[in-house]
Amino acid sequence: MSSSDSQALRSAFGKAIIETNEFRDELTVTVSREQAREILRHCRDELGYDYLLDISSLDNFGEEPRWTMVYELYQLGNADYHHLRIKCHGDEDDHFDSVADLWRTAEWHEREVYDMMGIHFDGLEDHRRILMWEGFPFYPLRKDFPLAGRESEMPDVAFSDRAPLAGGPFVTSPTSASTVHREPRSRDMD
Amino acid sequence: MSEIAPAQHAAYDSKVEGNVIFTQVDAAINWMRKNSLWPMPMGLACCAIELMGSASSRFDIARFGAEVMRFSPRQADVMIVAGTVTYKMALSVKRIWDQMPGPKWCIAMGACASSGGMYRSYAVLQGIDNLIPVDVYISGCPPRPEAVLEGLMKLQKKIEESESALAHFNAEKPA
Repeated sequence: MSSSDSQALRSAFGKAIIETNEFRDELTVTVSREQAREILRHCRDELGYDYLLDISSLDNFGEEPRWTMVYELYQLGNADYHHLRIKCHGDEDDHFDSVADLWRTAEWHEREVYDMMGIHFDGLEDHRRILMWEGFPFYPLRKDFPLAGRESEMPDVAFSDRAPLAGGPFVTSPTSASTVHREPRSRDMD
Repeated sequence: MSEIAPAQHAAYDSKVEGNVIFTQVDAAINWMRKNSLWPMPMGLACCAIELMGSASSRFDIARFGAEVMRFSPRQADVMIVAGTVTYKMALSVKRIWDQMPGPKWCIAMGACASSGGMYRSYAVLQGIDNLIPVDVYISGCPPRPEAVLEGLMKLQKKIEESESALAHFNAEKPA
């Protein structure tokens, strides 16, 4: 099932399909940013992936391209749990194409991605914040945003401050270095 | 109509004798206040569930005269901040507190309202005492209803020992 999807996408879009990967019946397709929207439309209309489960974004801080968008598709009529992940990459200033007109639910997902990561979507009419308040000057899920937060002030709306981490945060990060590096008592996030 | 005999003084009327208490006005006011605290339930997270538990029959906050949860700040005496105060919510909590008429008190219920709790993060106010004065802090994550009642009793103790009513109103005036 999945491998036929991957062949169908390859025959329809050729070079725009950068990479396909199948792992335990889950198909992950990496596509070019410019073609992503058309490929998603093709998945919806031709391949039967009628339901958009989620849109998420990754911050590959320190690498190029910086952003990865992940779209999770699903077939409602199919009792098997087939996922199709469409990944596409983009650079710091890149805009992604909105899919809010393909799936209405994408509007909130894209607003959340914009709110947390600061990624802009062409064609998304509603670029309001969804979790943080209007006027909050930062994008808190970016890797270069400190966990403790930063000071900000929006009169009569909200303010924010740095949290005292007092020896924390007890965050881990993947590394082949020693435990001291992998699980530091504290790390200066700035 | 029979004439009242000179020996029958009003204070020794047998119908009211035993029900008359002599006290100070301040002590009486404090006694009334502490036994009719109307809470403003500022339920923001899981602590609110325990607050509901304290109000329901097994624990019954009504035994302490605080069962009248008021969702209008104008009618409330004590704000129970039950839960995580995010920065997005913080000024709303402050606004509701400002709308409550004095004398008023605040209970910070649970770790989050007291100190930010486990949320050492960009989104969470590190304790409601950064914005409004807190009278009683209740530890726990969330606190058990017994702890809420204990906190309420502590607050009652504080009200009982508070200064005169006049001093209360004078303190409410902006400096």
